[in-house]
Amino acid sequence: MTTVQSPPPGAPSRRPGEIVIEALIVLAGASTVIIVALIFIFLLREGINTFLDIPLRQLFGQRWYPIEGYYGLLPLLVGTALVTVGAVIIAVPLGIVAAIYLGEIAPTWLREILKPLIEILAGIPSIVLGFLGWVALAPIIQNLGAPTGLTAFTGSLLLAYMSLPTIISISEDALYAVPKEYRDGSLAIGATQWQTIWRVVLPAARSGLVIAVMLGIGRVIGETMAVLLVTGNAANIPAFGPGMFFSPVRTMTATIAAEMGEVAQGSLHYNVLFGIGLILFLITFTVNWLAARLVGVNGARRSRGGLL
Amino acid sequence: MSRQQTQRLAVILITAVAVLVFIPVLLVIFYLIASGIGAINWEFLTAMPRNGMKEGGIMPAILGTLILTFGTAIVSMPVSILAAIYLAEYAKDNRLTRTIRMAIVNLAGIPSIVYGLFGLGAFVLAAGFGTSILAGALTLGIMTMPVVISTAEEAINAVPQQFRTVSQSLGATKWQTIRHQVLPHALPGILTGMILGLSRAAGETAPILFTVAAFYVPTLPSSVFDQTMALPYHLYVISTQVPGMPLSIQYGTALVLLMITLTLTLLATGVRTSVRRRRDW
Repeated sequence: MTTVQSPPPGAPSRRPGEIVIEALIVLAGASTVIIVALIFIFLLREGINTFLDIPLRQLFGQRWYPIEGYYGLLPLLVGTALVTVGAVIIAVPLGIVAAIYLGEIAPTWLREILKPLIEILAGIPSIVLGFLGWVALAPIIQNLGAPTGLTAFTGSLLLAYMSLPTIISISEDALYAVPKEYRDGSLAIGATQWQTIWRVVLPAARSGLVIAVMLGIGRVIGETMAVLLVTGNAANIPAFGPGMFFSPVRTMTATIAAEMGEVAQGSLHYNVLFGIGLILFLITFTVNWLAARLVGVNGARRSRGGLL
Repeated sequence: MSRQQTQRLAVILITAVAVLVFIPVLLVIFYLIASGIGAINWEFLTAMPRNGMKEGGIMPAILGTLILTFGTAIVSMPVSILAAIYLAEYAKDNRLTRTIRMAIVNLAGIPSIVYGLFGLGAFVLAAGFGTSILAGALTLGIMTMPVVISTAEEAINAVPQQFRTVSQSLGATKWQTIRHQVLPHALPGILTGMILGLSRAAGETAPILFTVAAFYVPTLPSSVFDQTMALPYHLYVISTQVPGMPLSIQYGTALVLLMITLTLTLLATGVRTSVRRRRDW
């Protein structure tokens, strides 16, 4: 970290205006902590009734039907889990391999073209991708033989591409951080490029790749608008089996987005939607906290700005 | 299979996967342009919607998005840049600093719909702003803070230490050094982060869903306590809630939104690239 040194003896002392501005600077830094705390407090304040008024047995029930007072969160948890697992299965191999291509194989000129393309992908609003999923992708999936095009898989496919910028850029950083000597040494003793990547570079970059996957998952769990449009919004638990990925589901995020507009403020339904928000907050908090633990907070932070 | 064959096969497979990643991005952009360009004309961009939004233009939604983006900048930029100065220039390696860094990482990870809930609870209801531009801009502003802080801090850290040493050896105070030496050199990098943050804010739907966005308002907003239409929410509404909406208007709206966010994204990367080329240290 580069820092302005504290003044040596005899240096000019701070002027009154500077004391004010430096106080503001400290306050701005601390404001981030205050905001996280406020978000938690407001979610807790509006959502705590979920856990006080509804017996746990019912809360983890299989029926989400708020109009008749059924607040079973299981269908929503399963919906989020299905969409997330599907997206991870698609995005992790694609993302890491694309990072390998960018970092180890692509010629420099091509890399200069492809990297802005990742930023363009990151810059497409989720509602635009959701809209395309709804009008263009869903009919294609239906033509492939699914009873409807609006399924968990449709959501997974969109979310996979939405999480690719995160996964690719962090993976690429992780590969880049592997010292060049490792590669040179491996090639010098006669290994092929692929053997070098597989046996030397990837193991050395492992912890960074784990972070990439975790933060990718964090993005996927919290995504709202795209899944709201393309996953069919059915709060059912699909029958267990491979077919469940091709059933309509409803995620936690989509439930909040779809129902908050129609509930009375202060009603139990309203509280439960905030309760779902609280659960989401705690999940992403844990994921990010673990990721930061694994690499140190600086590494995890870079990953967000890492898109740059 | 010999080592050389494995090597060749691996390169082919890796390249194939890369194609699978990058081609759909191009496809999405070109498909959207091809489908939406037909709807875009002067009237579409500048007229009020007519006939249940099935005719006319989307001007109020475009204007609303621009106002919200501007509001986001006002809310988020000063505090984010000051926070970045704190982290880069003042923070010692202690508990407070680690807590702040942890908070920023977590802010970056909070789902956008949760920001929406927070905005509803804190600004719309508790603060009594109602569903308003003020509540929406505050929500979006807080959401963009992590991106702006991270990029601004990186830009400040990239300014060479000697600049500070020289300035202070000439008798400047710490703040004078930051104000006159560090910030001017870090400005382009800070700008990149700002624009990038705003491009995200302009495209977000979930945070404005309950804080500001209106289905349809016949008049333009006249104060920060008014509701406004906004492009992302408008696209959501016309593609799912209005039966019989012409597909061309839907594609046109999606394209206009994409153009706004992509222009901002490309502007940010453009600033960054040109600065890296011109950097003279």
